[in-house]
Order: sequence, then C-alpha cells, then structure tokens
Amino acid sequence: MFSLKEYISVKSLEEAYGLLNQNKNNVILGGLLWLKMGNKNYNKGIDLSQLGLDTITETESEVEIGCMATLRQIETSQIINNYFDGILGKSVKNIVGVQFRNCATVGGSVYSRFGFSDILTALLALDSYVELYKGGIIPLEQFVAMPIKKDILIKIIIKKDGCRASYKSHRIASTDFPVLAVCVSRCSASWKVAIGARPNKATLAINAAKLLSQNPTKDDIGAACVEALNEVKFGTNLRGSAEYRSQLAKVLVRRGVEDICK
Amino acid sequence: MQIKCYINGRLFNEDIEPDMLLIDFLRNLGFTSVKRGCDTANCGLCTVVVNEKAVLSCSVLAASINEKHITTLEGLEDEAKIIGELIANEGADQCGFCSPGFLMNVITMKKELENPTDEEIKHYLSGNLCRCTGYMGQLRAIKKYLELGKDGE
Amino acid sequence: MKVVNKGINKLDSMSLVTGKPVYTDDIAPKNCLTVKILRSPHAYAKILNIKTETAIKVSGIECILTYKDVPQTRFTNAGQSYPEPSPYDRLILDEYVRYVGDPVAIVAGIDEKSVQKALKMIKVEYEVLKPILDMEEAIDNNTVIHTEDDYTVNFDIGNDVKRNICCSGGFESGNVDEEFEKCDVIVDEVYHTKANNQAMMETFRTYTHFDYNGRLNVISSTQIPFHVRRIVATALDIPKSQVRVIKPRIGGGFGAKQTAVSEVFPAIVTMKTGKPAKIIFDRYETFSAGTSRHEMKMKVKIGADKEGNIKAISMYTLSNTGAYGEHGPTTVGLSGHKTMPLYNKANAFKFNFDVVYTNTMAAGAFRGYGATQGIFALESAINELAAKLDMDPIVLKQKNLLEEGEVLTAYHDEHLQSCTLNNCINRGKELIKWDEKYPYRRISDSKVRSVGMAIAMQGSGIAGIDIASVQIKLNDDGFYTLLIGATDMGTGCDTILAQMAAECLECDMDKIVVNGVDTDQSPYDTGSYASSTTYVTGMAVVKACEKLKEQMLEEASKIMKVEKDTLEFDGKIIYNKDNSITIDRLAQELVVGDGNCLMASGSHSSPYSPPPFMAGFVEIELDIETGNIDIIDYIGVVDCGTPINPKLAKIQVEGGIAQGIGMAMYEDITYNTSGKMKNNSFMQYKIPSRLDVGNIIVEFETSYEPTGPFGAKSIGELVINTPSPTIANAVFNATGVNIRNLPITSEKILMEMMKK
Repeated sequence: MFSLKEYISVKSLEEAYGLLNQNKNNVILGGLLWLKMGNKNYNKGIDLSQLGLDTITETESEVEIGCMATLRQIETSQIINNYFDGILGKSVKNIVGVQFRNCATVGGSVYSRFGFSDILTALLALDSYVELYKGGIIPLEQFVAMPIKKDILIKIIIKKDGCRASYKSHRIASTDFPVLAVCVSRCSASWKVAIGARPNKATLAINAAKLLSQNPTKDDIGAACVEALNEVKFGTNLRGSAEYRSQLAKVLVRRGVEDICK
Repeated sequence: MQIKCYINGRLFNEDIEPDMLLIDFLRNLGFTSVKRGCDTANCGLCTVVVNEKAVLSCSVLAASINEKHITTLEGLEDEAKIIGELIANEGADQCGFCSPGFLMNVITMKKELENPTDEEIKHYLSGNLCRCTGYMGQLRAIKKYLELGKDGE
Repeated sequence: MKVVNKGINKLDSMSLVTGKPVYTDDIAPKNCLTVKILRSPHAYAKILNIKTETAIKVSGIECILTYKDVPQTRFTNAGQSYPEPSPYDRLILDEYVRYVGDPVAIVAGIDEKSVQKALKMIKVEYEVLKPILDMEEAIDNNTVIHTEDDYTVNFDIGNDVKRNICCSGGFESGNVDEEFEKCDVIVDEVYHTKANNQAMMETFRTYTHFDYNGRLNVISSTQIPFHVRRIVATALDIPKSQVRVIKPRIGGGFGAKQTAVSEVFPAIVTMKTGKPAKIIFDRYETFSAGTSRHEMKMKVKIGADKEGNIKAISMYTLSNTGAYGEHGPTTVGLSGHKTMPLYNKANAFKFNFDVVYTNTMAAGAFRGYGATQGIFALESAINELAAKLDMDPIVLKQKNLLEEGEVLTAYHDEHLQSCTLNNCINRGKELIKWDEKYPYRRISDSKVRSVGMAIAMQGSGIAGIDIASVQIKLNDDGFYTLLIGATDMGTGCDTILAQMAAECLECDMDKIVVNGVDTDQSPYDTGSYASSTTYVTGMAVVKACEKLKEQMLEEASKIMKVEKDTLEFDGKIIYNKDNSITIDRLAQELVVGDGNCLMASGSHSSPYSPPPFMAGFVEIELDIETGNIDIIDYIGVVDCGTPINPKLAKIQVEGGIAQGIGMAMYEDITYNTSGKMKNNSFMQYKIPSRLDVGNIIVEFETSYEPTGPFGAKSIGELVINTPSPTIANAVFNATGVNIRNLPITSEKILMEMMKK
C-alpha cells in the first residue's frame, strides 16, 4: 500500500517544479491508477489539476493535449478525432473501461513510458513532441529514449501535417493490455512504423519505414515487414512469446500500411 | 487535512489523511453501496460520479475532491429502483455485488450516449465486470431502460 | 403448476440491485480489529525463527500470532460432510510453509495502517527448501511436501503422502484392452486443463465476535455455514457448541467459498483478544491464497469400429491439488465418472487417477468440480475421433449417446430416469444452423467462420452424502416462515425454495418468508455446492410442506369437528362440502390458548445424483494470420429436468457459458520459476468482459426427473462444461489444428497452424 504524507494542489507550474525537486519522495499526481498500486512511501503529492492543463486545443499546424487531459477526453475529443484517421481515440478505446479512462491522464501515461502503452505507440508514429517544464519541447522519440528524470510533462504537441494513420493492436481479452500494438502513419511521402507492447516500450522501425514509398507495392510492404522484424526486438511475457509477437508484428504492420493505402 | 465536499447533495466537512482513497472515505461515511472488488482499477465495482464523470473511487484521492460533488447510488435511489427492477426482471441481479458500480455507469451512459447500439453499450460498460450473469441479462435490462421515457412514458 | 416453473424475481433482488448494506463488510461493526496475514515469500520453507518483538510495539497492535500460538490439531478447510475425504493436512499456522502465500503470522490491530506497519516489522528466518512446481514431477520426488507425523486421512483414499500422492484409485467395467484390440480407429491423446480462479466479485471476508453468551460468532461470506462451524471448532480446538455461523448476502462463490479460506484468522484473534475482529482479503490474496480449479492432465483413449460405434473408453487423470488436499480426492472422480457415461453404449470403461501435492496454491472447488476438466478431455477426444472417422461429430455422438432408461455403467450403475440430451443436440444444431455452417466458411482473405460443439453432464448433489433439512412454520396471520440451511450465493436458492413451498402450500410467494442461514436457527444443510440445492434441499421443502399441510388439516378437523379425510386444502381455505375455515383464521386460532403452533420439518438425502445435460454450440470468427478468435454466437441447450425458475435458470446458463469461455480462452494461473503466482490480479488474470462473450443464446429441453422436486435436476455447475471443448472443436473445424492444452490462445492456434 502506498502512503502520502501531504497533498498539495499547486497554483503554478513553478510551485510544482519547486516542490518536485525539494525531496526525492515528492511526486506529481496523475490519474493515481499506477501510483496507488505501488508500495512507496511518498512525501508530498503534487496535484496539477487546478492549473487548467486538461484541455485539448488546436492551432493551424498543431494539436495540443494538456497533461491532465484524460484518456477519455482523447477518445471523445472532436479535435483529435478530426485528425490522423481518429487513431488516437481508437488507440485508447480498449483500455479497461470508461471510468478508468476518466481517471487516467495522458501526462501520466506518456511520462511513465509503459511498455504496454497504446497511446505512446500511437503518438510515436505521429510527429509528436512533449513540452517539459525544464526540458522544453523535445520530440517524443527522443523523450521515449531518455532516462526518466524529474520534470513536469506539461503537454503533448502533434503536428497536423495531413498525416494518414492506422492503429492496430492484438489483445487476448478485449480490455486487456495489448499483446502487440502497431501504429503506422504516412505524412506526405514519409512513413513511420511504431511498434509497442513488444512487451518493452514502443519504438520506431525506422529502416522498415524507409522501404515504403508513397504508394508501396505488395513487395515493398512485404520487405518493410521483414525489415521491421529485423530491427525491432521482441520479448516474452505472460501475454505472448517473442516469436508470436514477431509474427503479429509482420501481420499488423502490413495491415496498417494497407489501410492507409486503401 | 480538512476537506469540504458534497455527497449526494449534502455538505460534508471532514478531516482526512492525505492518502485516503475516495472509496474508503465514502464507505467510512456510510455510503456502503460503493464496493471494492480489486486493487488494480479493473473491476468497476467502486464507480461513483464526481462532477458528472464516472470514476473509479479506488483511484481517486479523497483530498482531491475538495469542493466537488460526488454521487453514489445512495443518492440515486429512484433511478436505481427503476433500473434495478428491470435487471431483477431478467433474473440478472444474481449476487448483486457488482450492481451499484454498474448502475452508476449505466446512469452516466444514459446521459452521455444517444440511442447507443448494442456494441456501443457493451463498449461503454466494459469496465464493469460481472462474474455471475454472462452479461446478457444485463444487456436486455439496459436496453429496456434506455427505451424508457422515449415515447412519453 | 402456479408458482413453480415461473420466472419469479428473486426475493432479495431490490436490496441487492440498489446497493443496500447487506454484505459482510457492510454490516461489520466499526470497532472490529483489522486482521491481516503475513504470507510466505517462498514456495517451500521451514520457519527457523520469527521475531515479532518490534512489530508488537507498533501503536494500535493488539496481537501477533505465529505457529507457536495456534492449536496443534490438523484439519482440512474443505467444506465437506464429516468424515471429510480431504486429508487433515493443515494448521492455522504451520512451521512449514508450502506455497508462496501460505500464512506465516496473523496480525491484528485497530486499523489498517498500524497493521500494515507491523507486518513490515516482523522478521522471519527461513530455511528454504526445494519446491515441486510441476505436477508431473511430484510422485516420488526427493522433496516430500507433507512430512508432518500428525497428517491423517479419515478413510482409505489411496493416499501415499510420502510419495506426494494425496489420493489415487480407479475403476474398470468390461475389459478395455480387449475391446481396443477389436477397434478400427483409436484416438489416444493427452489433454491439459489449467488452474483457474473462481473470481467472484466479493473477495473472502469474515468477522467474528463473542456474543452475550460468550460464544464465538462467525459472520462470513461462505457457501458452507455448517461445515464452517465444524472447521472453526476443530481448528481452534473448542466445542462446536461454542461456535455460531451466520451467512449474510454473499457476492458470489462459484465454489471458492466451499472452502473455509478466511474464517479461522479473525476467529483465533477474537479467541485470543476477546475483541471483534475482521479480515477482508484483498484481490491479490484472493487470487494467490485461496483455492483454484485443479489443474489436470488427462490421457484419453477411445476406440471405435469403422461405422463409429464406440467400443471402449479409458481415462487416466493426473490432478494437481497444490500444497493442501482440499477437494483433491473428490474432484478427480468427476473427470471420469461425469464424462464417460455420456457414451454409455460402449462395452468397456476404465478410469484411473492420481492426485498429487505440489508447492503451488491449494486447489479446491470451482463450478464443475473435475467434470469440467474431464469434459474438455473426453469431448475433445470424441471430436478427434469423428475427424478420424471422417464423420460429423454430431452424427458420431448421437449414434453413441446414452438414453433414458439405461443403467450407466461408468456412473456407479445409476439408472438414468430423465434425459433429453438428444433433443438438446437437435435443437442446438438447428439454432446455430449447423448444416449450413459446418465445418467452416471463408469470409475474407484472413477470416474464417466455423462452428463447433460439445455435450456435457454433471450430477445433482452427492448421492447418499448430501443432506438437507428445512423447517416451515405457520404464523399467526396465515403466512409461513421457511427456515433453510442452504446458502443463497446470488443464485436465487432462497427464492427457488420459496417457490416450491408456495406451490406445495398453494399460496402466493408473498406468504412465504425465507430466512438466510444462521447455524443457531437454521436446520442443518450440507451447504450450497455439488449442484445440490434445488434437487436435495428442494425435496426437503416438499416433504416439510406436505407434513405441515397434514398438520393444518388435522387441526382444522378438530376446530371444525369433522373427519380429517373429508377436508380439502386449497391454499386459502380448508373445506368440505358443508363447512370451511380460512388459513389465516386457522392460524390465528392455533396461536391462542389451547391451540397448537404448527411447524414441520423435512429432511432429505438422495441415493441418486441424476445428471443434467447440455449441448453447447459455438460459431467463431478466426483470423488465420493472427490466430485471434471472436465468439459470434454461443448456444446452450439444457436438460435440467423441469426448471423451477426458468428465468434464474437461464441466467445460470448464460453466466456459466461466459465463465467457461474465460477458461477456454485465457484464464490460466501461472507461476514463475520460484513458485510465485504471476497473475494474481484482474490486471494480469483477465476474466471475460461484456465485449468478450459474443451473443449467448439459451434454451431448455425440459425433462421430468422423478426423484427430484417437481421434476427438477441441477443446473449450476453443468453449464460451465461445454465452452472449452466446443471452442476447441470450432478451432479444429476452421484450421485443422487440435489445441489440447488450455487455454486456447491465439498464439497456440497460430503456432500450430504454422507447423502444418
């Protein structure tokens, strides 16, 4: 059982950042779903919910999702569903249930960089950035690769770019974690292939994407699928073996590309 | 720490521990319709409504509901009787332990979805587990509930 | 019939659905001590030393108990009639811990926080021993799991504890070897079913206190109040007269609560401290320190001639009872005896089994109780036989099916008096449109739709062992109180038994009041398990009501001054051609002065356990590139005799099918290499959500069981038996792949397809 000595609803990000770095056992509170399952003894819990960071907005070139926006907001947001073939909403739809997604925040999901994360896989295939309080704006790909440092993830920024995208996951039971998650996107002529729940955290199959032209042939797609299996590592856990995951990856990447080409 | 909130419309001023979960806060105050079914936010038994949104009370800090409005099934007795009777008519009440959380989510769904299909209903309610009924009887009941009031009833 | 065979709402439904405080934790007093358990991190170890001195000093801690503080009388937690077939292999706390999760210490304090704090401060030194985690390595292993010299069994169960054999045995009728030699086609395969968790929504929980007579009151979420009384008394070494058990409404059981998992812990705390105490198992504990379905490996051999006449069936079952033998000796029998009789026309049957100890969580009771495992094995083998014979499995099954009137050789020679299984198959076949859909249709480049089917049986109570008694009282206003010891766990037995009483007494349901179970007040009942309540307790209700009716006629004849046998009873009045008296007037007169307060009791036990039957059909959509299966329709057609309450019976079937789908497709308790359970939560152990079960369609093919109340047989357990073999059959029909190892995951399907 976790414990928390003090709860503070902060008035500014500055205050939050100050508190966060005051003590190694101070923590930013997201949706609490993961935090409360642990056994840690926290000092101060920092709640950002008074800072208005739960909005989803768009500018001419970008969609911005505040860190306190819930997964359910993403699922139902008109703005988000207008872009990228609605894959962001689709990617979170199978996560447990509506009540869970009303609690889970996108900031918590992305900041934690969970292996099984659907949303992280989907975002990674798009032209996505995170804005950190101290670290500034950095590409999501770079953020995913970074070690977890104490900072505050303020928002997620996605370039619109007229991208097409497709999200596929395989699940043993409908509301379970994915056995494998794949998101493929095409922004003008360039492709991205993100593979998550490997079961390690999502990663891009960069070489595979390079093999895809704007309108790839069947052979191109086949070659890209083979390449994805070469460059991406798969592992074994309760939900599936590395071997099965690589078989799934081959199929889901192909289906993703075909979806976009339709 | 001190918090102030409204539960089923009634004002509460309570002294709480900062790490108290909403589910324990509510049960301690006698709102025992709120049930704990798991430790991992998977079962939906503890569903309550906080400011119009259905949430898992096992995953909300009581500290964070300061100034907010919470609704439990105790506050929706009339609606509960209507849905409850429809469920009982199907024999789908069974052990009843998942009922309060399920009903809370059904009531929220009715407000949120207009004319949902069977698939949309199943999807919306998929976070409410039930081990007794196989879900079919619940679905039959919920469809009848959603029909209520449509033709001026 | 006016009340029986009607879909009446459950008596308690409105309080359940509207969230009223009717469950154990809702009614527990606030001043209960919080009880928690320190559990073993090792699969097998000897406790060398436990230091509790600092933990006991934590503010709010009332008591800490270790194996040195508990009575040294071994017992079993299994809820079974005395003398229990399960070995006496447990203590409340033991010097040896035999699985990860086995209790090491009991801590009680004024609140959760202090107890959690104290738990962390207890220091235990273990001598870690080499565990047995694979049941196939159990027999004659160098590790012996039960070395205690006070281990006992109540009677011969083929126990050889030094070889880790909890139980063994067998039976043969005819000569299978001779028959196999004459066969043209043989199927000989091994099928593996896994440990599953019952996963009822309400976890284990109990509170205890001393009442004003100084007796220990145990209020518990249990299926077996009377067995709990005996188990708690034995474990605490106190007279049974000092224990009272009360069962409130309970949030599901499915067999989990047929074992006294939580009761002894607060009970011993109350004994030691004199204070009320409460334990609530969290979900992790409920998964990893309760009981599971017995994992079984079954070798099935079936022989038939070219025409598909089955000549002989032999089965060998290896069953994993885990660290303790609860229900081990009893579940295993069902894997043979409640499966092979389906093909009663065979000339020879043979069944052998071993039940072994391992260092995993104890297995126990779970809906289906061994029959479920056996049905997967036998029905899969029969379906494989059909494929070998190039026959439609339905044709093969119908050709060899048991029939009403037969003596069931593999079912203790019981005479089958009711059976509409053949109609169930015909109806299910029609509903799924088998002839159009069998074996499969390709619907796109990557998707195939196929159908599959299986049949199943169960029993109705334990013949000659289960016993139930009820009492019915006529009250002063002409209403009745029905006292039962059967435990409604949501299934609706309070209502069903009241329906039977109302039918007998020709009154409306609102004239019958039913009381839940309190061992001080309720008449004895073995409890709600083994599909016994409707069939066994139901007959006790009929007997008691008939007696009460006779008494009422007797008293009416005295008041009316007429001969008793001129009188008729119609539920409202007692009359003859000249005169009448209303029941309420009679009741009033009987509770005044020289009246006679009427109360009748009935007790029933059956020498038979008539099997209910079911045919299950499924249509699946299978993705041939990923192995993914979606259930489209699942059809269950059931012969449960005459359903007492068709509405509740239907929900039993729907719920059982859904649970069976979980078992078939993903429920699989898994341990890591050191014996720790990997999936001890709903996050890691998925049970079906409403998106996972497809569309379930249920019908009944009514029969009339002459030994049951109003023609009824059981239904509760039977209904979980078909999904595993049915889905396996559909997968075969889609892909040609036989999955013999549950669960039938997309990975197994794809990997097998790739081998072909």
